[in-house]
Amino acid sequence: MATTPTSTPMPKTNRIGLTVLDYRGGKTTLCAGCGHNAISERIIDAFYEMGVKPERVIKPSGIGCSSKSPAYFMSRSHSFNAVHGRMPSVATGAILANHKLLALGVSGDGDTASIGIGQFVHLMRRNLPLIYVIEDNGVYGLTKGQFSATADLGSKLKSGVSNDLPPIDTCALAIELGATFVGRSFSGDKKQLLAMLKAAIAHRGTVMLDVVSPCVTFNDHEGSTKSYKYMKDHEEPLQDINLIPAFEEIDVEYDPGTTVDVTMHDGSHLRLRKLEEDYDPTNKINAVRRLLEAHERNEVLTGVFYLNSQAPTFIDMLNITDESLATLPDSVVRPGREVLDEVMEQLR
Amino acid sequence: MATTDVALREASGRSGQKHVVNDLSIQVATVNGSGSQSSNTVLLRSIFQMGIPVSGKNLFPSNIAGLPTWYTIRANKDGYIARKKEIDFLVAMNPETAQEDVKSLAAGAVVVYDEPLNLRALRDDLIFYAVPYDKLVAPVCPEAKLRKLVRNMIYVGVVAKLLGIEMAEVEKAIRKQFAKKVKAANLNLAAVEAGFHHATATLPKQDPYFVERSDQTAGKIIIDGNSAAALGSMFAGVTVVTWYPITPSSSLVETLIDYMKEYRIGPDGKASFAIVQAEDELAAIGMVLGAGWAGARAMTATAGPGISLMSEFAGLSYYAEVPGVVWDIQRVGPSTGLPTRTSQGDILSTAFLSHGDTKHILLIPSSVEECFTMATDAFNLAEHFQTLVFVMSDLDLGMNNWMSDPFRYPDTPIKRGKVLSKKDLDRLGGFARYKDVDGDGIGYRTLPGTDHPAAAYFARGSGHNENSQYSERPDDFERNMERLNRKFETARSFVPRPEIIENGKSNQVGIIAYGTSHWAILEARDQLRKEYNLEADYLRLKAFPFTRDVHEFIERHERIYVVEQNRDAQMLSLLKLDVRADLVTRLRSIAHIHGLPLDARSVTDELTSMEGK
Repeated sequence: MATTPTSTPMPKTNRIGLTVLDYRGGKTTLCAGCGHNAISERIIDAFYEMGVKPERVIKPSGIGCSSKSPAYFMSRSHSFNAVHGRMPSVATGAILANHKLLALGVSGDGDTASIGIGQFVHLMRRNLPLIYVIEDNGVYGLTKGQFSATADLGSKLKSGVSNDLPPIDTCALAIELGATFVGRSFSGDKKQLLAMLKAAIAHRGTVMLDVVSPCVTFNDHEGSTKSYKYMKDHEEPLQDINLIPAFEEIDVEYDPGTTVDVTMHDGSHLRLRKLEEDYDPTNKINAVRRLLEAHERNEVLTGVFYLNSQAPTFIDMLNITDESLATLPDSVVRPGREVLDEVMEQLR
Repeated sequence: MATTDVALREASGRSGQKHVVNDLSIQVATVNGSGSQSSNTVLLRSIFQMGIPVSGKNLFPSNIAGLPTWYTIRANKDGYIARKKEIDFLVAMNPETAQEDVKSLAAGAVVVYDEPLNLRALRDDLIFYAVPYDKLVAPVCPEAKLRKLVRNMIYVGVVAKLLGIEMAEVEKAIRKQFAKKVKAANLNLAAVEAGFHHATATLPKQDPYFVERSDQTAGKIIIDGNSAAALGSMFAGVTVVTWYPITPSSSLVETLIDYMKEYRIGPDGKASFAIVQAEDELAAIGMVLGAGWAGARAMTATAGPGISLMSEFAGLSYYAEVPGVVWDIQRVGPSTGLPTRTSQGDILSTAFLSHGDTKHILLIPSSVEECFTMATDAFNLAEHFQTLVFVMSDLDLGMNNWMSDPFRYPDTPIKRGKVLSKKDLDRLGGFARYKDVDGDGIGYRTLPGTDHPAAAYFARGSGHNENSQYSERPDDFERNMERLNRKFETARSFVPRPEIIENGKSNQVGIIAYGTSHWAILEARDQLRKEYNLEADYLRLKAFPFTRDVHEFIERHERIYVVEQNRDAQMLSLLKLDVRADLVTRLRSIAHIHGLPLDARSVTDELTSMEGK
């Protein structure tokens, strides 16, 4: 114990004057060591470091362990824990109602790739401004460890049962369908995941991040391809990722020969230092080809696979007024008496 | 298909002596996709413009082209606009159905037919008029490929001449129908005239039916229920519309799109709305919930199969307390059923849509006017009670043309319910989302994006306490469910009250009906009085849960006939659950499930037979 009185140091704050504690959530009820908890931590860090006001954020989710996790970060943001596989539609409605919100949709591999694949597919087509995070562990945790549709061919359950069906690669699917920022990360890769989440916040359009997140209880054993050990051995990062927020000065030059610099929608810079020669994250076809190759080589490729910061979003396409639809005044949403008179005249 | 299920009238010999004015039904039997809809609308409008109360009902197949379709027009001086069971005047254009159509007519009816079909040979107790359509159409329509469409206009001219419909009104109706296409209007008018001249020259009047100018439609409008609902929704301030195409609801949203593009684009060229065609009904209702949660006035429109798919989200709306409006334009189930025929078959399943103890507010419009006004009621109730409100229209109301008084501008302010603003939170410091502060079961909510650190709450379909925290505690669950029930009870005094017609003379017989059955009931009550000296009081339901008036009406009457368009007496079942046990035996069912709009005669026959008359 200190015996001499000292002044309490001022807690560190971000650019809007909030401390990291302002981005905390409730105490997690997930298993100790669950990858999802690490993802929640990175989400807290990313929103804190980007200085996003938590009141501006919404956290829609589906059903499952992953979808419970919004309770464990950012309590000052509205959450909507909806029904199984239907987070995309709920998120879509919310963004239509108020496009000033920043939506972080949280789903799992069961919630997305099986029951929710229909809504996932159509969400990706629309380029709705939304960050879609799949906390991907290859199994249904809450129902005690059945395979999900992202489980790799030949991977084994704890009981020894082998998976006979090929996995759905949600990243390849998202790229093909129209998502404008697609990447994969690993809950254990703090630095990469944080940088990707920060870049996601800077992007306007649909961000699809598949984050491999080991299930310590049902899928972390020998024979699993979503275990901590398997990921340590097989993760192949495409790039070193660094996000320089718009509000920070750029003080480091980069070598265009080795690094791709992308200016994001909000003015931030995403710097991707290539670990592979000639990987161009703006080329859709190559991105999908590289993902398919990774499967053949038994690699878990991570990084930013595809990025298009120019595409119009769903809000642009719908030509929605700048104000939030939710709070438009009566005078805007109810046409005047003369309009009804005009219509009635046409019907006589 | 015989659309008259029973031939009712006595064979009263050859007519011609009688003179029947402004009281007839015309049925036009055609093939769908042949352009007959325009001809029928012109006929309907011409009669309407002459001041005679009229209704038109399209009995069509689930098909784009080539299958039989029937259109019935009823003109009635007493204002009866329900479907008339008897057909007085058949226009037989479809060779496939002509024989059966003619055979099912009652003696004395009139048939206008295509000459080569030689229908005259089938019966000697009908009045026949032959029209050589192909011969008549060729000179007025040199372009052969248009003849199929223009051909149908010829019967308009024939019928106009035979019934005395004024040609000036027919021309006016054609000009309205083909408003922007002058060439098409002229072509069609020429065809009408060819028919008119043919009738004048070769068809001496043999039947007793006449249409004569009246003044009963002055100032009135003609509109279908789906368009009325679309208009109502626009004036109710809808901002988010999500939908998946399904007959018979699609035209509601398609019309709404037209109106919104016309009247809800701001001076800056931007839309004060978002309309999204979703990938399925699950997504459509999910988007409604997302938008309602975030504060928009959100709606969707669907039919039975869509309602079934929306079931899970309906439960979420009930339990997480999220507002939204769902229009159910009911069609015949179960399953795919008869997708283009009318029904009231979704009442019971929608009232309790979803698993667990779930119940919903239903509004039931009977008229196009109510489609308009209930759009606003539905949003106000949905936001007041923070739950889905279902508007139970049907195909007959939604897709057919109805006469109506012009709609009145909604002058009541838009009510957004109990929503706490940043200012409220500054004052209160915080709030408990699911706490019954006012004793009405309705909590206060905040909208996402409210700029206050205490604004956020966790909406969820899982068990929760007053503070919207996850809870599996038995007492939390029970308290919450009891509060939801209290909220539903509160709704009884907020939903539209029934329309009650009582004569005070007798308290023996009462009728309870709802929706489009209303029009048949009005007429049946008159038949009962005139033909059986039976006074039947009448209560028309407009909503579920039932208001106190419904219980009192049942208490006041000895025998209550609940008339509805489904097999299982669905509304009667709901009433049984709600009324005092000793009153249950007073309820009797008159149910119709054939998919055709209800007619008065069927109600009268069944009620009198049950009354032992």
